[in-house]
Amino acid sequence: MSCFLSNSSLGKKLVMSVTGCFLVLFILFHMSMNVTAIISPEGYNAICEFLGANWYALAGTVVLAAGVLIHFIYAIILTLRNYKARGSQRYAVTVQEEGVAWASKNMLVLGFIVLAGLLLHLFNFWSKMQLVEIMGQHTNSLGYSPADGAALIRYTFSQWYYVVIYLVWFAALWFHLTHGVWSMFQSVGWANDTWYPRLKCIANIVATIIFLGFAAVVLVYFFCPCIAGAC
Amino acid sequence: MNFTLKIWRQKDAKSKGAFETYKVENISADTSFLEMLDILNNDLVHQGKEPVAFDHDCREGICGMCSLHIDGQAHGPSKGATTCQIYMRKFKDGATITIEPWRSAAFPVIKDLVVNRSAYDQILQAGGFISVRTNSVPDANAIPIPKKDADESMDAAACIGCGACAATCKNGSAMLFVAARVSSLAKLPQGRVEATRRAKAMVAKMDELGFGNCTNTGACQAECPKQISITHIARLNREFLSAKFKD
Ligand code: HEM
Ligand code: SF4
Ligand code: FES
Repeated sequence: MSCFLSNSSLGKKLVMSVTGCFLVLFILFHMSMNVTAIISPEGYNAICEFLGANWYALAGTVVLAAGVLIHFIYAIILTLRNYKARGSQRYAVTVQEEGVAWASKNMLVLGFIVLAGLLLHLFNFWSKMQLVEIMGQHTNSLGYSPADGAALIRYTFSQWYYVVIYLVWFAALWFHLTHGVWSMFQSVGWANDTWYPRLKCIANIVATIIFLGFAAVVLVYFFCPCIAGAC
Repeated sequence: MNFTLKIWRQKDAKSKGAFETYKVENISADTSFLEMLDILNNDLVHQGKEPVAFDHDCREGICGMCSLHIDGQAHGPSKGATTCQIYMRKFKDGATITIEPWRSAAFPVIKDLVVNRSAYDQILQAGGFISVRTNSVPDANAIPIPKKDADESMDAAACIGCGACAATCKNGSAMLFVAARVSSLAKLPQGRVEATRRAKAMVAKMDELGFGNCTNTGACQAECPKQISITHIARLNREFLSAKFKD
């Protein structure tokens, strides 16, 4: 394979940027769906019903999984190479350079936390929703209908430790995106000195909107399940 | 002023190095950092010891020969200055100063604080030039160049090839250097002709020599003595990707 997407550093960064951008767009969409669960649990379940295991939802799942997988594999390839390029002998003294964000130096670690959260999330939700439908069953292991997403949210976030774990997960994602969202523009060359402050501001806003949207669902279901239609 | 220096000593490329501690005394505040090292070396020679090897040439911030990682920063604590341009008044009297060579896989240590930076020369040889017939001096106004382009080109051309960018980068990436060279030539009509070939050739060489992948941390521009901006890295990315998509 002699394609620049796999054998040149900038080509690999392009793949990182495109998959990252795709994941950001997906996650914005996912977050908007989730917020529905606060406003109207019935409405949320209607979305769950609609997506379920239809061909378009399944196709979406496959593309999404591929996106995460490619992003993940490239992240490892790039970071390993960077580690090697740094050399075996490290500086005895280092400083935090001016204007360098902590997140930008810890993208892989943050990514691993995001991935761990993602796996837990697949176990908590996906395996009890879409997977159940794919298997052709009508109730999941908790005895709910696979389209009753609201009940699943209520059940999961009635347990405090899931609330804590999910919040940590969202925080890692927040850090990852405060750097990732402007970095993806830089990687394809759509940035300059005028736009850096703007792009960084946009990145912070996007990351924060995503964080707040997801966190709101978790917190509302934990602290005031009544608003979310539990009583 | 008095200082305690923790200096990396390494006999040659193959030996294992270690820090050694030295004391320098009665240094005037207006002594430059390199002069302070000269004074140390003088003392060492008098004591019959091996002087500390370090790179330097112009001592006025234009040749890119001096290096040194001083107290955790490439070219020491001053912003926008090379090691030869910093003075001891920047440090506290009595301070302990740690001096290390550039650390990057592509810049192996040759001796003490001297590293081999020929990797940057090889990247330049791969495409950091323009091909023109050089006989008589051309008319200065034959090719008008917009002020903005000339300015941007000159900003990038300020790069002195010192290696601080790759030495600072946690990924050992040479992107700021390569970007500065690609950008300064791509912005001018004389360099534009070979711009795509140049971007591809220089990036390929940089990858081949084992430099890392840029993750846009921006540490390079913070430590670059010529304050080259990562906006040039964005231009390199554009030049490279559009060249590849045209292929
Ligand atoms: C599966 C776990 C993940 C890992 C291990 C991971 C790791 C990484 C790494 C190492 C980078 C490299 C930074 C760079 O080269 O600049 C990166 C960039 C990025 N990631 Fe992730 N990430 C993960 C998940 C995600 C998710 C879920 C999203 C989006 C919601 C995301 C969005 C981004 C973006 C936008 C970038 C910037 C791309 C660029 O700099 O060109 N990542 N990620
Ligand atoms: S870009 Fe700056 S740090 Fe890098 S070699 Fe040129 S002058 Fe030195
Ligand atoms: S010795 Fe020439 S730049 Fe420092």
